[in-house]
Amino acid sequence: MIEAVGLTKRYGKTLAVDNLSFSVPTGRVTGFLGPNGAGKSTTMRMILGLDTPTGGSALIDGKRYRDLHQPLRTVGALLDAKWVHPNRSARAHLQWMAKSNKLPARRVDEVLEIVGLTAVAGKRAGGFSLGMSQRLGIAAALLGDPQVLLFDEPVNGLDPEGILWIRKFMHRLADEGRTVFVSSHLLSEMALTAQELVVIGRGKLISQSSTEDFVAQATENTVRVRSPQLAVLRGALGRLGANLRDEGENLVVSGMDCADIGELAAREGVVLHELSPQRGSLEEAFMQLTGDSVEYHTELTDGQTPATLVPAGK
Amino acid sequence: MTTLLATERIKLFTTRSPWWSALLALGLTIGMAVMVALNHGGNNPLRVEHSQFGIQFGLMIITVMAALAITTEYRFATIRTTFQAVPNRSGVLLAKCVVVAVLAGVLGEIAAFGSWAVARMIDSSPELAISTGDDLRMVAGAGLVFALAAVLSVAVGVLVRQSAGALSILLIWPLLVENLVALIPNVGRDIQDWMPFINAGRFLNPVPEAPQSPWGSLLYFAGVTAALLIAALVVANKRDA
Amino acid sequence: MTLLAVERMKLFSTRSPWWCTAIALAITIGFGALMSGTSNAASPMNVAATQFGYTFGLVVVMVMAALAITTEYRFSTIRATFLAVPNRPTALLAKTAVVAILAGIVGELCAFGSWGISKLIKSSADLGIDTAYEWRAVAGVGLVYAIAAVIAVGVGVLVRHSAGAIALLLIYTNLVEGLVTLIPTIGPKIHRWLPFNMSNAFITGDADITTRPINEGPPPAEAGLGPWPALLYFAAFAVVVLVIAITTAKRRDA
Ligand SMILES: Nc1ncnc2c1ncn2[C@@H]1O[C@H](COP(=O)(O)OP(=O)(O)OP(=O)(O)O)[C@@H](O)[C@H]1O
Ligand SMILES: [Mg+2]
Repeated sequence: MIEAVGLTKRYGKTLAVDNLSFSVPTGRVTGFLGPNGAGKSTTMRMILGLDTPTGGSALIDGKRYRDLHQPLRTVGALLDAKWVHPNRSARAHLQWMAKSNKLPARRVDEVLEIVGLTAVAGKRAGGFSLGMSQRLGIAAALLGDPQVLLFDEPVNGLDPEGILWIRKFMHRLADEGRTVFVSSHLLSEMALTAQELVVIGRGKLISQSSTEDFVAQATENTVRVRSPQLAVLRGALGRLGANLRDEGENLVVSGMDCADIGELAAREGVVLHELSPQRGSLEEAFMQLTGDSVEYHTELTDGQTPATLVPAGK
Repeated sequence: MTTLLATERIKLFTTRSPWWSALLALGLTIGMAVMVALNHGGNNPLRVEHSQFGIQFGLMIITVMAALAITTEYRFATIRTTFQAVPNRSGVLLAKCVVVAVLAGVLGEIAAFGSWAVARMIDSSPELAISTGDDLRMVAGAGLVFALAAVLSVAVGVLVRQSAGALSILLIWPLLVENLVALIPNVGRDIQDWMPFINAGRFLNPVPEAPQSPWGSLLYFAGVTAALLIAALVVANKRDA
Repeated sequence: MTLLAVERMKLFSTRSPWWCTAIALAITIGFGALMSGTSNAASPMNVAATQFGYTFGLVVVMVMAALAITTEYRFSTIRATFLAVPNRPTALLAKTAVVAILAGIVGELCAFGSWGISKLIKSSADLGIDTAYEWRAVAGVGLVYAIAAVIAVGVGVLVRHSAGAIALLLIYTNLVEGLVTLIPTIGPKIHRWLPFNMSNAFITGDADITTRPINEGPPPAEAGLGPWPALLYFAAFAVVVLVIAITTAKRRDA
């Protein structure tokens, strides 16, 4: 369980993280989502006690990271796969880390085996490909068999196979009852990996919910209707309180499904040339949510309704 | 603390820089002694201090090695991995100082006694025997100076964090600044009496006009080192890793 | 010409040249002020004495020059450079030229700055730049800095690592050349022909060093050549280093 309360970090003029509060539950994969520069890495560094928060705090099982005894046994993290001395072998890198937390030396070989680096364990880490570095970072995170795991953009630069491997791997870790907190700026990736989502933009919390809820909320289900008698249909739909929008020759209806619209058309005797369900793009929705939040607010205050996104029930 | 020391020992010896530094430090220092001994004319006998002319080579190279031991951690951000594994930053840095200082001390002893030994092999002058306390301090004391200089370098490395900056300071200061100040009219000599590396040098090679005794000089050098180390620890604890 | 402009933009869009310039100016001019402020009848101020800090500026400029190239290797921008200008000698020569010109300008600023501040502080002292020796001591600083910068760029290309290049340059100029004199009999003879001693001879050495007291200015160098030949020798050394560096860079993977 990770808990952030009012976490704030200021670098000179930049407010990287702004009064951020969220919690990461045990036994689930929690995605940490936000566009580039949203403050994800900064938040993770503060959770790990590397950067001192300007305000607020981050607690792991109720303790500050700095107060943990042999922290690698509690928290494993991969923030940047390049945080390795290039002239040190993969094994030597893990050896000193193991030593620092009094972990048995055989654990090094175990984690190398888990991530599949046994064959290159003696090679210098500086020569590793991005995928191999990423695996070495994961091995380091697993070293102390920790209950809490943090990964910052772990699939960055990985090939599809590597991405799949990481995704499965995280699910396994969560299924074992661990807390897994993983950041990304790709919603499509997180929709597949994470069960919970913490979404931030410009250092502020935008939402914390289950992934399903977030996706349902963020994407609007609409139906596209084409008809020579659009005016009649428009009136009928309007009376039922559906949300209507014109899209060229077509009408886009939200708040009703195909069956309802089809039946309504039959009752009204309206000829339909097309009746097709549309699914809003996740990425588009995410951009709307996290993108330029200032712009988003301006649109609202101007009294206009944003074109594609009307969060249901809000 | 033993765990931390073991960790830092693994870290130091699993990179290449201590190995080539050791080679270079010993090679240059002892090589200098060979050159001096071989070319020495017959008029005045070769003395212990002549065999130690190259010791400053070794000292500067160890300074570079010690500074790199910490600046490369910042360069490759392994300092973050380190502080993540051991959040007790003072403990980590002190352990690093100890490991680097022990290595420096051992190398200092090998360099000094090695230089003396090769000089002795080449030249059998009786003056080359280590007979007085001054002689012994001059040779055996090198390890102490190397060890303290290594700690000072680590401290500067922590404060500066960049190899280029730290090395520039650590090389320009003792080699140039401390010598240049003596040229300032009237006050130059007095200022120089309180320069750390000048004092370290006077521990090995006492000068009659020095205000401190040889051991006093070393103590002063240790004091400056301790002050820098404390500053480094305070800063490292405050700063974002 | 375009290349020079490109290299100039690259140099000045990073921070280290500014830092190094500021440090070099502050220390050399500060030293000049210190010298003139503390001078008195017993050790009067003269033109040469205003330049006591020049060796300090020299090492800082060399660090700057070495960093100008080693940081390119550090951040792999050297690859971008060689992609943009596949003719590596031209690219490196342009960089060397820009760095050398900057070093020369910094040198003149340091030298005339030190001299100027001394003149301000000790207006009573005889600080007119009249003799050839005095002109070399002041205006020559820029030449020496520029040539030293060429050497530093060459070493930077060869070594590629900032730490290694800086350690090599600083230890060599400030320690190795001096320690060589301690080798009995042959040491001083070798020292007479070492490059930085030659550059020092250009600044400090009279054809006949007995014509001026030792306490006036940086200690005169004992070199194998007179001032101008010594400078030529120093420049030739720089050219050799640069040629080796460029040949190496041509053959090596970027
Ligand atoms: N050490 C630092 N000094 C100054 N500013 C910083 C520092 N670290 C981060 N920032 C700034 O804080 C903001 C958040 O950066 P952060 O790296 O946390 O974003 P991120 O969400 O991880 O982005 P990305 O998806 O690109 O990794 C950015 O504007 C960045 O420029
Ligand atoms: Mg990030």
